This record gives sequence, structure tokens and C-alpha cells, in this order.
Amino acid sequence: MTTSGGETTSVGERLRGLRSSFEELVLVPAGAVAVSLAIFGAFVTLAGANPIDVYREMYRGAFGTWFSFQNALTRAAPLMLTALCTALPAHLGLVIIGGEGALVLGALAAVVAAQAFAFLPGWLGLASMAVAAAASGGLWIALAGALRTFRGVNETISSLLLNYIAIGVFKHLVEGPMRDPASLNKPSTRPIGDAFTLGSIPGMDVHWGLVYGLVACVGVYVLMRRTVFGFSARIVGGNLRAALLSGLPLHKLVVAACFLAGAAAGVAGMAEVAAIHGTANASLIVGYGYAGILVAFLARQHPLAIIPVSLLLGGIGASSGLLQRTAHLPDAAVNVLQGILFVVILASETLRGRVRSRAPRALALVADSPAASAETTEAA
Amino acid sequence: MDISFPLHLRATFRFALTATLFLLLSQCDKKSGEKAPDDKAGALGATTASAPNKPFVVGFIYVGPKGDYGYNQAHAEGAAAVAAMPGIKIREEENVPETVAVQKTMESMVELDGAQVVFPTSFGYFDPHILKVAEKLPNVSFLHCGGLYQEGKHPKNVGSYFGYIDEAQYVAGIVAGLTTKTGKLGFVAAKPIPQVLRNINSFTLGARSVNPKATTSVVFTGDWSLPVKEADAANSLVDQGVDVLTMHVDSPKVVVETAERRGVFVTGYHASQSTLAPKGYLTGAAWNWPKIYTDYVTWIRDGKPYPHLLRGGLKEGFVKLSPYGPAVSAEARAKADAAKAKLIEGSLIIYSGPLKDNTGKVLLPAGTDQKQTDIELEKMHYLVEGVLGKIPS
Repeated sequence: MTTSGGETTSVGERLRGLRSSFEELVLVPAGAVAVSLAIFGAFVTLAGANPIDVYREMYRGAFGTWFSFQNALTRAAPLMLTALCTALPAHLGLVIIGGEGALVLGALAAVVAAQAFAFLPGWLGLASMAVAAAASGGLWIALAGALRTFRGVNETISSLLLNYIAIGVFKHLVEGPMRDPASLNKPSTRPIGDAFTLGSIPGMDVHWGLVYGLVACVGVYVLMRRTVFGFSARIVGGNLRAALLSGLPLHKLVVAACFLAGAAAGVAGMAEVAAIHGTANASLIVGYGYAGILVAFLARQHPLAIIPVSLLLGGIGASSGLLQRTAHLPDAAVNVLQGILFVVILASETLRGRVRSRAPRALALVADSPAASAETTEAA
Repeated sequence: MDISFPLHLRATFRFALTATLFLLLSQCDKKSGEKAPDDKAGALGATTASAPNKPFVVGFIYVGPKGDYGYNQAHAEGAAAVAAMPGIKIREEENVPETVAVQKTMESMVELDGAQVVFPTSFGYFDPHILKVAEKLPNVSFLHCGGLYQEGKHPKNVGSYFGYIDEAQYVAGIVAGLTTKTGKLGFVAAKPIPQVLRNINSFTLGARSVNPKATTSVVFTGDWSLPVKEADAANSLVDQGVDVLTMHVDSPKVVVETAERRGVFVTGYHASQSTLAPKGYLTGAAWNWPKIYTDYVTWIRDGKPYPHLLRGGLKEGFVKLSPYGPAVSAEARAKADAAKAKLIEGSLIIYSGPLKDNTGKVLLPAGTDQKQTDIELEKMHYLVEGVLGKIPS
């Protein structure tokens, strides 16, 4: 990293230069969102609506009123957890897209636990439901991870196909052996009961599942950045040969990471059952798992970034209703925006490592002196 | 390409970013009124009282696309009839899944659009979504398609309606039974729930009342909207020799188009798909939501009490037969019209003994019958004699 002028940079400078700058972390994604909105505005004009009106309606429907904001939060809650299902294994270089299957099995396990432990007091029952959901979702994705690490089966394909299996099993059980006889025309399991209902956060109309998501995202961040497990996992993702040569327990890391990922998605299913439906039925299979993949990629697999991205996508979803009703756009318009956002943010990955502040902050004074003002100091 | 920023620009940018974020977040206040100006489409404020000059707003929520040639389109036709009423404005939203999203949509229609009547049209919206929102918003009427209302158990501002469309399927079955050359009829069904089984059975009973050797082969696809499976099922039924198809799925479009392509006949469901199959479309069992919706809106706007549980069939005009297609013979038309008249008059009871299911078990001994309003029919879990297939358990 020497410059063309022959100046050498210190080790500290070099290391600091390798980390993403604040501008890059914020400017690039924000710029991508702005560009996506601009392209969406062009699409909307072609569809016959006024883009300014559309932006205003989107803002009003997503964050403009307290009701809208809560709507966005409620939609963001399951997305945070299912996004972790993709983001966590991504640190190991695995691409897992099995959130939907894990969510569905987690919901099933939650209702089984609710019926098995019906005698427990409310909070203990909810805890048992969460544990059951986490265990079942975790084991499901751990299966995909085990297939990958022991037999070399591509985890993307196996986790995707496991989705279909899980949904098939879910439907078979919910419409057959586990069906509540009273639920004639909408096959569902027996209700979990009011004692096990997840309520709203005091003062808001949003259920506690949102807090589960926030805690999980922060927890995964701490796990990945501050623990030995996380460090080992990131080495596996960064340089597999180095990991093997260092003697890291590859199999255990992969299976454990996949288990945690599936556990997160399973808890998402449990939160949907306990907070919204009170039972398990086909209304749970609405694509939260797949939307979580989108969130994870938009957040570039960073656990903390998943929180604002979930909120963004929740807001977009929340505003879709208003767009339909007032701007008279079809429901698919919101899918178009999500698609544009996805492509633009992935394309903005090319700017990674190129947007950097002029010099590290500790040397700011030096940076403004003529000797260090040569543009070539910042050569990548 | 590298982008470098000097210190003063960095400082300015970070300040601007923080300030913008702060301003954006501070826009969300706890009041439910908006700060943004209303747009040109005229979204009303959060008033719930209907002032004489303000239009009466009615909201419609669909679980699928409005133009699906099926379930949702039938409801959209009802909505269009309501929109044509003077002084009424409608707000529609499609593709709303049966999750918390529909709760938020209902609340949004009431708070941001000022709706006073909401029609959430999918069966699965009722429990828990409509019940939760109805308790929160007691001044708004919620009218659900499905007939699940129970007096005393459910809130007073909720109403429920449904139609005995299996009467229309019975008549369609008569037409099918007289048009088929091979004697084999086919039914593409979604899920084996009582409403669907009732349609299968009524269709078969109608066909066998005029053609005792007719059989109905049934295929269950597993869900309400699975176009690929529906096409597969239709094709495999035609391959087995079926020459009249019918269906109970959310969007009959796929089955109707497949039938037309394969050159067989088809009777429709939910709405009329005759434009999709000009040669093969015989008739169809369709809803007549415009009548029910305009009735409800009139009652509620005039402040009259409305029945909480509204059900009816051909007689009350809740369901209807789609117009006959070109392939329907004069004899079929005559027999179908006669049966329709008898159903309206009440002299024809579809489920009357002796009735056996397709395993030979006796369901209704001779001399007994179950009228359309009989609650036992709501729990149907059998396939009558003449239906080839099993209920997947």
C-alpha cells in the first residue's frame, strides 16, 4: 500500500483503511435506496400515476402516522428473525434459504408444546413454546448444514427443497391428525388458549415478537463479533483452508450455525402463532421466510443492519395498501419496488471498498497538510 | 473510481444525515391524524361520523387479484355494484394475505380512508382478524363472507353472509350429465373441507339425477390457488376420458382454459368464465354478490338493523347460474330450468334419502332428508356414490 509518491503508510493506517468507512456503510446503501426509488418513480409514471403522489402516499402509509409506523413495525417483526436464518450461515459462506420451512415447523412445534404444557403458567408456557419452536426449526436447518458438511450437498438447494417438505408435512398434520374438529372450513390446530397469547408491547399496538427479533439480531451480532465461536465461524467463511489448517472444528461450526439460524426462523413461527393467529394453519405460509432472504441480502448479511432493512421492507409492505387504494396502482407495484431495491443494492456492492474518507480520524490534522494531500494516497 | 471527501465535507454530511434522520423520526406523532397533505384522490380524514355531504365510504378486501375470473372477481363485481350506488365511494385492496396484514388493512381503511363498512371477503379473515379489529372499532360494520357468525359470541358490529352455491352446482351437474358423451365428469378441488365436498356431491347428484351412470372423478390439489397443479389435474382427468370438467378453486381460469384447449366441456364456478371458453363453456355456478352488498350498504347507511347471519340460495337470489353456452342442448336447458324452478319453489331437496356414500355406507335412509339449512350439511365429510376418489386424510 505504498503510494506513487514513495510515502509509506503506517500499519495502523493500512488496517484502518481496510475497514469500511462510515460514509460507505451509510452512503452506499442510502444511495442505493434513493436510486431504487427514482427508478420506481419512472416505473410508476409509466403506469400512469404521479410519482410525487406515490412517494407521499408511501411515506404516509409506511412512517407518516403513528398507526402506519406501528403497521411497519408489525410487518418487520417476523422478517428480522427469518432474515437471521439466511444471514447467520452467510458468515460461514453458506447460502441457506430455508427460512420458510423452519418457520412452519417452528409454528407446529409451538402448538404441540402449547397443548403438551397447557398446565404451565403463561410465561413458562410461552417459553416452552419458544424452546420447542427453536429446537424444531434449528434441527431442520441443521439437517441442511449436516448434508453440506458431511456429504457435500449444496445447502442452497437442500434448504430450498426442505421448505417444500416442511410445508407438505405441516399441511398434512394440520389438516389431518392435528386438526381441531371445530375448524371445519379453515383447517387449524386446536387454539393455544388465551394464557399463551403473546400480547402487545405496552403503549403500542405491536406484539412482543418485535422484541424477540431485536434481541435476536443484537445477540447474533454479539455472537459473531465478540465470541470465539463467531470468530471461528467467520474464519470458515473467509478462508476455508486457513480454517482447516488452524484445526477449527468445521463440522461442528457449520451444523451449530445452521441450528441457530433455523432456531431464529422457528421462533418467528412461534411468534406468529402466539401473537397473531392463536393456532397453526395455512395462513402462516405467506412467504415470511422468502422475504427474510431479501432482507438478509439487502442488509449484506450484517445482523444489526437487518433491523433497519426489516423496517424498510415492513414499511414498503405497509404502504402497499395505501398505494392500491389511493394511487390505484396494482398490488404488484410494491413487488416491483422490492425487486428494483434488491438489484440496485446488490449492484452497489461494487462500490464496496472504494468509498473511503480521506484519512483516518486520528490523523485528520496530518491529512489536511499539503504533504498528505495527494489523491494517490487513497489508492485501493 | 475512488471517492474521497475532505474533512469539512465529511462533517457537513454527517450533520445533515443526523438532522434528516431526526426530522424523519420526529414526523411520527402519536396522533392518528396525518401531517402530510391529502392527495388528489381525496383520502378522507379520520372521521367516523357521516356528514351529509361526505360520501359514505365502503371498503373491500380481497385475498387474491381482482381479475382472477373467480372468487375475488365475483366479490369485485359486487363492489362495482356498490360503487355505482349514489353517494357511495369504495376503496378496494387486493392480495391481502390472511395474516396481521388484513387487520392493518382494515384499520387503515377506517382510519385513513374513513370507511364505515368493510367487506373482508376471504373466509380465513374471520377468526381472529375481523373479530380483533371489530372490537377495536365498534362504530364500523364488518361483513364477512362465510356464515360463521354466532349470536352472543361475536361482536354486534360483525355480520356474516353466505350462499348455498351447491344448489347452482346441482343444476350445473344436470347440464353436465346431459352433455357428457363418455359419462365421465371431472372435478378439480382445492381442499377437502365441507364446503368443497358439498359442491362435489351436489354436482354429482345433479348429474346422476338425469344420467344415472355418470361418475365424477375428483382430484384434490391441496390449496386454493395452485395453477400448475390445477392444469396437471385437468389434463390427467381429460386423459382418463373425462369430457366435462368443473372445479372448486379460487381461480377457475386455468381449468377452464385447459378444458377449452383439450376440446372438452367445462362448467364454471364463482363467476362466469364463458369468455375464456367460447365453445366448451356450458354454464356455471356463480355468486350474486351485488344483490347482497347493495342490500347491506343500504341498510347500514339508513341506520337500519341488519341480519347478522344472512344465507340464501337460488330462491333469495344469492347465487345464480351463468348463461348457457352454445353447446347446451335444448333438452338440457329444459331440465336444468325445471330443476332450478323446483329448487326455488322448495320442492326439490338435494340431500334426500336413500343416499349412500362412495364406499357403500348408507348416509340417509329412505324417507329422510336434509334441507339446505340443515346444520349437518355444514360438517359434510363424505363423497356420495358416483364420485370416484377419496378424501385425503
